[in-house]
Amino acid sequence: MAYEIKSPIPGIFYRKPSPESDPFVEVGSAVETSTVICLIEVMKTFHEVRSGASGTIASIEVDDEEMVDAGQVIATLEPDDSGN
Amino acid sequence: MGVRVVKPGMATTIQDLGRPGYYRVGIPPSGSLDQYSSLAANLLVGNDDSAAVLECTYLGPQLHFEAPTVVAVAGANLPPLLNGEARATWESFAVAEGDVLSFDYLEGGARAYIAVSGGFDVPQILGSRSTYTLGSMGGVEGRVLAEGDWIDTGDTSRATPGRVVPESLRTEHPKHREIRVMMGLFDHRLTPSGRQTFLRTEWRLTPVADRTGFRYQGAELEFEERDPPFGAGSDPSNIVDAPYPIGSIQVPGGIEPIVLHRDAVSGGGYVMVATVIGADMDLVAQSAPNNTTRFVEVNLETALEARRDRSKRIEELRMAVAS
Repeated sequence: MAYEIKSPIPGIFYRKPSPESDPFVEVGSAVETSTVICLIEVMKTFHEVRSGASGTIASIEVDDEEMVDAGQVIATLEPDDSGN
Repeated sequence: MGVRVVKPGMATTIQDLGRPGYYRVGIPPSGSLDQYSSLAANLLVGNDDSAAVLECTYLGPQLHFEAPTVVAVAGANLPPLLNGEARATWESFAVAEGDVLSFDYLEGGARAYIAVSGGFDVPQILGSRSTYTLGSMGGVEGRVLAEGDWIDTGDTSRATPGRVVPESLRTEHPKHREIRVMMGLFDHRLTPSGRQTFLRTEWRLTPVADRTGFRYQGAELEFEERDPPFGAGSDPSNIVDAPYPIGSIQVPGGIEPIVLHRDAVSGGGYVMVATVIGADMDLVAQSAPNNTTRFVEVNLETALEARRDRSKRIEELRMAVAS
């Protein structure tokens, strides 16, 4: 079951910490619960969105610098399977 | 009695009816941007109109209650969770000592108001508890809430859980709004085509929308040619500095109109092409980024009629919640 990472706030979605940097994560990146997935800009400030679960990024659902709504899915991940 | 702020949410501030009467010396009225919803939350928990509430923008806080009380959330559709269990908005509910109030994702609107029986108690500055962050006054140390803050709450003797605002008196949160405006004072600076563009464009709210102003995108307005008068900048959107009414719509550079709200600066040199009527300022407050707005021109008579309608709705709200 894929885990959905949602934006808690509406705003502009940024995949990179700055225009010159590499994206925070790519499809296939291994992430921890506290890994930053993206930035959301609203009210002239940038908010980090963290993964919320550990696993592997399966998809990124929003294009860079696109507007998102609160609760919108921005990425999905395959959680680590502790059973294996 | 009081609450501990476990997580502050985003730009959560203490607000009330505001601090009117000092705008002429540069201190804006502040207060809840959506006064109707803020009042509804107060009425639901048995408070006076002047009790202070929490204004939460987009993201709710997490609060730990250190004494039993009654709470209500009104305004944006920001679903409350009490110890993780869903509670309704526009209804008052009991909270026990040790309970934790948190929120699910925003489902509509932009600003939710949390009222607690007896009100949030902070020192009054110029007759109000409202937070004005740019001036570092009111609320908790003149700023947005922070993790670990303690806020005293008042007398809970009038607390009544289970009060409900009927469906017909709740604010709806569509993604498109029609906001009524009166043209002026500087609409003569627009060409007829610029005026048409202003009134016909479906403006989209940008993420640059806070208690000071709401900035929209969608078109560029055309201004009349002129020689700038002494004191005005050379850009066609500049004027000789003038006072800015709350609700006035300035258009720097002819692009991105900004509706000024209750924390606005009191004057400046940008052309104001129109002013949102008082009755519709609550609607502006509930606009979220990406929502669309059309500005609809009305005359003074209609604006005053709308004000009377709003007063009537508030009386209906009082009756409905008290019964």
